[in-house]
Amino acid sequence: MRGFLLSRLSQSLVLLVIVSIIGFGILNLLPGGPMAQFGLDPGMTQNDLERLKEQLGLNRHLSVQYFDWAWRLLRGDWGRSYRDGAPVLALISEHLFATLLLMGTSTAIAIAIGTWIGIRGATHRYSLFDYFATIGAMVALSIPTFWFGLVGIYIFSLKLGWLPVGNMYEIGAEPSVLNYLHHLILPSLVLSLVHVAVWSRYMRSATLDAISQDFVKTARAKGLSERRILMKHVVGNALLPMITLAGMQLPSILTGALVTETVFTWPGMGRLFLDSLGYSDYPMVMGLLVFSAIFVVLGNLIADIIVAIVDPRIRLA
Amino acid sequence: MTKRSMSPTDYSRRDTLRMMAISGAAGLMAPNLLGRPAFATTPPASPTGRVVVGLSQEPTVFNPLMPHIEVDDAVHFSVFDALVRMDPKGVFVPNLAAEVPNQKNGDISQDGLQWRVRLRDDVRWHDGKPFTAEDVKFTLELITNPKFRAWRTAGHSLVHDIQVVSPTEITWRMKEPFAPYLSFLAETFIVPKHILEKEADPNTATFNQAPIGTGAFKWGKRVAGDHIELIANPTYVGEGPFVERLVFKYIPDMTVLYTQFKSGAVDLVDQAYITAEHYEDGRKLPGKKVTLEHSPSIESIYLNLGRPQFKDPAVREALYTAIDRKAIIDTIYYGVGAPTETFMPQSSFYYNPNLPAQEFNLDRARKMLDQAGWKPGSDGIRAKDGVRLSFANSTTAGNNLREQTQQFLQQTFAQIGVEMKISNLPAAVMWGEFWLKSQFDTAMVGVTYLIAADPDATNRLATSAIAAQGGRGSNTGQYSNPEVDSLLQQGARAFDQEARRKIYNRVQEVVRNDLPFLPLFESLNVIGRKEKLTGFTVNTNTRTASWNAASWYWAS
Repeated sequence: MRGFLLSRLSQSLVLLVIVSIIGFGILNLLPGGPMAQFGLDPGMTQNDLERLKEQLGLNRHLSVQYFDWAWRLLRGDWGRSYRDGAPVLALISEHLFATLLLMGTSTAIAIAIGTWIGIRGATHRYSLFDYFATIGAMVALSIPTFWFGLVGIYIFSLKLGWLPVGNMYEIGAEPSVLNYLHHLILPSLVLSLVHVAVWSRYMRSATLDAISQDFVKTARAKGLSERRILMKHVVGNALLPMITLAGMQLPSILTGALVTETVFTWPGMGRLFLDSLGYSDYPMVMGLLVFSAIFVVLGNLIADIIVAIVDPRIRLA
Repeated sequence: MTKRSMSPTDYSRRDTLRMMAISGAAGLMAPNLLGRPAFATTPPASPTGRVVVGLSQEPTVFNPLMPHIEVDDAVHFSVFDALVRMDPKGVFVPNLAAEVPNQKNGDISQDGLQWRVRLRDDVRWHDGKPFTAEDVKFTLELITNPKFRAWRTAGHSLVHDIQVVSPTEITWRMKEPFAPYLSFLAETFIVPKHILEKEADPNTATFNQAPIGTGAFKWGKRVAGDHIELIANPTYVGEGPFVERLVFKYIPDMTVLYTQFKSGAVDLVDQAYITAEHYEDGRKLPGKKVTLEHSPSIESIYLNLGRPQFKDPAVREALYTAIDRKAIIDTIYYGVGAPTETFMPQSSFYYNPNLPAQEFNLDRARKMLDQAGWKPGSDGIRAKDGVRLSFANSTTAGNNLREQTQQFLQQTFAQIGVEMKISNLPAAVMWGEFWLKSQFDTAMVGVTYLIAADPDATNRLATSAIAAQGGRGSNTGQYSNPEVDSLLQQGARAFDQEARRKIYNRVQEVVRNDLPFLPLFESLNVIGRKEKLTGFTVNTNTRTASWNAASWYWAS
């Protein structure tokens, strides 16, 4: 286990370095740059723009800029956003709560409902329920989220007035738990639609796999009740591949859902990333890149470890 | 506070309203009974309620001296004060200054080199410390401090020998006479010396995240990526504030911004306003006021005069003649746009209304090109001396109204034997070196030429401002005309308004004749607000609709 962890961690480190070099390179090679946002300012002259570039250290060689950035990061300094002047890590943590709230809720909904639909679809294969679930999943997967979002807003907010048009809580009011929940309903449901679809499809096929295994036939031959077989033998085995899937989804919980965040004016990580990219806010983009890369690596690692613990057939060398 | 004194009519209106309120149906009945809503027209005695301003970009820069964009201005105008401000009519009014400096009152010397500003003695910073001339000196020196990442330094770099004469008087000398400087000062907010001088690095000061000003609103809090909340400053020396809390809400998607306005979550739509396609729908919204307001931005086709195709004036004239501006404004822009012939906003004192009007005529355009010797080649595209009349037009990708305009122009230009290719780029690429260093053929762009209504357009029109040729400014079209250069120099040194009007009227004539860019229209902003939001005025001399939040209040 220890050897496994060490080798995986060192692999991950190499991966992170490669990701950061590629990210840094692409980001800086893109034409435009952080000064583009001032390109139309009537009062900023070429002198001002050149001076700012010099002050920000953007005139140095790219490799010097990279090593400077990487060296600071190693010492725990993530840098400051060009735009805000605020520390990158502080901005990330400020956006993280919004993202965790939305993604956590929708993923929880998706896992609960998706698992149930998947299992029921597998045990009642080719039933009316299964057909509806299959068609529903296809529809949810093929229609873009923003469409569901806008339709949701149109029906529930503008026409019926039941739910707010967006935002994390009522603007200007002191946020209460109830207020948060009220605002959370629509975006989390919309977002979970896709996840339910994905989750239920995977769960269905995993359950079907498990049902056709020999040990299930043995259990039936022993005369166990269908319910007991399902709960004790099938679901446990079917959930194994889902752990890996969940591990792969962990980073997306933290990096946010850009489209849903935009439609519902949710101040999450997806928006932060897109805005930072739009303003060529290099330290911010790099910070977000490294942050999400860490969680991609961690998510996979955790999933592997959990699978190894749960599944006695796998031994970590 | 003249606004608080009430006329008899106000009383009777208020009384009527009160009586109706007692009957319990004021809100529903008033509009129907009186034909239009009858609101009390006096602000409340103490700050009440809150106003939510929607912005499509997020304000992130709160030190007003650091590089920032339009939406940041919305916050700066409320938290800070400048020495002078410019009112909607383009007239300077004192802000922190006791009097607007000019040559008549002797605050600016006849040669324009010696400046004096007399300051108010009753202003306090939000933390209670008194505001003095030391703060002004500190601010002006910080801007030119080479270690400080300052926003604009033009004008400020001419200032030297700053002397604090007394807590309420400051003087300085200019290296050369520069009339626009007063306008620059209207956009230069004064920051507190006693806070910032303690900071080792002004670029990373805590002040930059929680500013302290002298303005009508104090800093409340910021939820990054979501909103900023300001709180009324009860000791503000000017008029107001009348609302207790001012919220700037960031709503990145323009359609969502409009939807939130429609649903009532947003009280006022500021930058980038309501999109043209929602104007008609917005006007019909009950309880909302959606109006078309002039802006200083001129939408035009910028020609890169460094390209051989555009050296011939006949080509520029022919292209201009081939633009059906009426069709573009009416059918693509939903009528939201005002035809113009100049870079000077129509609301400006310096606007020249006597310029020849463009006339759309494809036959004439063809004739012009024929006469100038541009002959159609085998492919139908005109050419002369080996130069084909073919060029690319670029703008921000995803701006659908501009993209439609491009397609429309592509077709009409083809009819006179001119090929226009469309090559759009993301904003972050388009307005970087590509624009600043004149790497485009032509660009479709909304350009603002003025700073706080000063007519000096040197940065956009002078030969010395061509960055692609080593210049210092933003003359990205590479326009160069000796007469304009000399007029701009004269204008920048002239302090008399009438004398300046003559100069800039002539500049507009020459530029209209040379056509370095082809004006499409003066942009109009569709501004939406709740009908009960009173005291709101548009000021085209600022970059934000929230320039006077101190005067806003809710009609009861």
